[in-house]
Amino acid sequence: MYAVFVAVIVMVVLAADWGRLQRVFFQWDIARDQLPEIITIAARNTVLFTLIAFGGGLAFGVLLALMKLSTVAPYRWVATAYVEIFRGLPALLTIFAMAYAVPVAFSFRPPGGAVGAGLIALIMVAAAYVAEIVRAGIQGVPKGQAEAARSLGMSPNRTMFSIILPQAFRIVIPPITNEFVLLIKDTSLLFIVGTTPAMKELTTYSRDAMNTAGNATPLVMGGLLYLMITIPLTRLVAVLEKRQARSR
Amino acid sequence: MTLPDQLPNDVPAIEIVDLRKSFGALEVLKGVDLTVNPGQVVCVIGPSGSGKSTLLRCVNLLEEPTSGEIRVEGIDVLDPDVDIDRVRARIGMVFQQFNLFQHLTVLRNLTIAQQRVLGRKKEDARQVALANLQRVGLGEKVDAYPAHLSGGQQQRVAIARALSMEPDMMLFDEPTSALDPELVGDVLDVMRSLAASGMTMMVVTHEMGFAREVGDELVFMDQGVIVESGHPREVLAAPQHSRTQAFLSKVL
Ligand SMILES: Nc1ncnc2c1ncn2[C@@H]1O[C@H](COP(=O)(O)OP(=O)(O)O)[C@@H](O)[C@H]1O
Ligand SMILES: [Mg+2]
Repeated sequence: MYAVFVAVIVMVVLAADWGRLQRVFFQWDIARDQLPEIITIAARNTVLFTLIAFGGGLAFGVLLALMKLSTVAPYRWVATAYVEIFRGLPALLTIFAMAYAVPVAFSFRPPGGAVGAGLIALIMVAAAYVAEIVRAGIQGVPKGQAEAARSLGMSPNRTMFSIILPQAFRIVIPPITNEFVLLIKDTSLLFIVGTTPAMKELTTYSRDAMNTAGNATPLVMGGLLYLMITIPLTRLVAVLEKRQARSR
Repeated sequence: MTLPDQLPNDVPAIEIVDLRKSFGALEVLKGVDLTVNPGQVVCVIGPSGSGKSTLLRCVNLLEEPTSGEIRVEGIDVLDPDVDIDRVRARIGMVFQQFNLFQHLTVLRNLTIAQQRVLGRKKEDARQVALANLQRVGLGEKVDAYPAHLSGGQQQRVAIARALSMEPDMMLFDEPTSALDPELVGDVLDVMRSLAASGMTMMVVTHEMGFAREVGDELVFMDQGVIVESGHPREVLAAPQHSRTQAFLSKVL
């Protein structure tokens, strides 16, 4: 198997026209032109948008998880329907709808213009995934924990917030971090809403810079910047998962 | 308005009348009557699956009875107007699996309900917690997390946690069944001294020695009914019912 692998690598290396590859994908002067904006504006916006979408999605997702586990049936129905819909739709479609269809239909102007609308859509999508993760985390806390709390006279809400949720959050740290990494990449979908130069995230910036320069160098830089953000995080998830497996 | 601690002495701590409980089609308790008087230690024995845990868990409504009456210090706990959280705060419960709060230190395990349920000041709660930790012989473990304690230590912390609420009575559900044999003694010692201090106790157990020495009454359950009850020495030495005889011949 290794022989096949090596043969394929060698063939690719020999077949490639290295001078042409570099001309199309990496020219130093074009790369230099992207600095510092590709970092100070584009990468910064990617991180900022991810944090906003994640923060909002986390808060809303916990609420949905609590609704899904509620003893009140209508809460469960609403939360279940919500999760099914927003996990089932492509995120791109939800962003598009929030940015263009919803403002027309409800004459509602989301704060922050098109990017604001896109971020609301990302929060809504993230919440659906977070809800499922947190629900599983809550159900992963042994039943005896709630029984001990109730036997001490704690109310159902007190039990949830002081005893169950803190332990559920520990359980869900790896899958939630994973969701964060997915969100970093999903912010690239905001490219369809169109935006001002100062609000461009990495993908939008790279695409526009590629069109301006007539060369793919900005795209390669954008890709490298994504990897510089996501790979440390995915490594972190692996470490956290290993640690949790050991403490079981 | 009479305060609870001024109730006349003849009000039972726990009074159970014709208690029935079904899980779906399975009837687990088939009409149980039991009275526990203040200061009494009632031990409940019986084969696995006979309904001992369910009976105990009905007392503080961790299980909802299907029918029957349960009064705790004269209060009908099945009355929808009764604040069950306040009743539970007066009933300590100790579980087979300890159920310490894994994310909290020993001290916090002992103070959280004192502060959140009883409204005690942080420092007052800490003093009560430390005194109870001393009482179970674990004063040096205040800052430990449960995962770093042995099973026997965890169970003693669980007892201290229940005692920190200064309950009027304690329920024990096989408190030593999950422990390595060499750790059982320490837990039984704590329970013994608790009984000696006059605590009202209802104890589901397989420890016949403990039941004989400490119990004021022994209750034998089988298939959802109380088959036989009486003074522990008498029941253990001369069981009247054939099912009791069969059970005791297996465990003694
Ligand atoms: N939550 C539950 N749902 C369904 N069946 C249960 C539940 N809890 C207990 N049972 C059943 O009730 C019977 C009595 O259980 P339990 O009270 O735990 O017995 P014991 O403590 O004497 O071993 C058993 O057959 C058990 O399977
Ligand atoms: Mg049991």
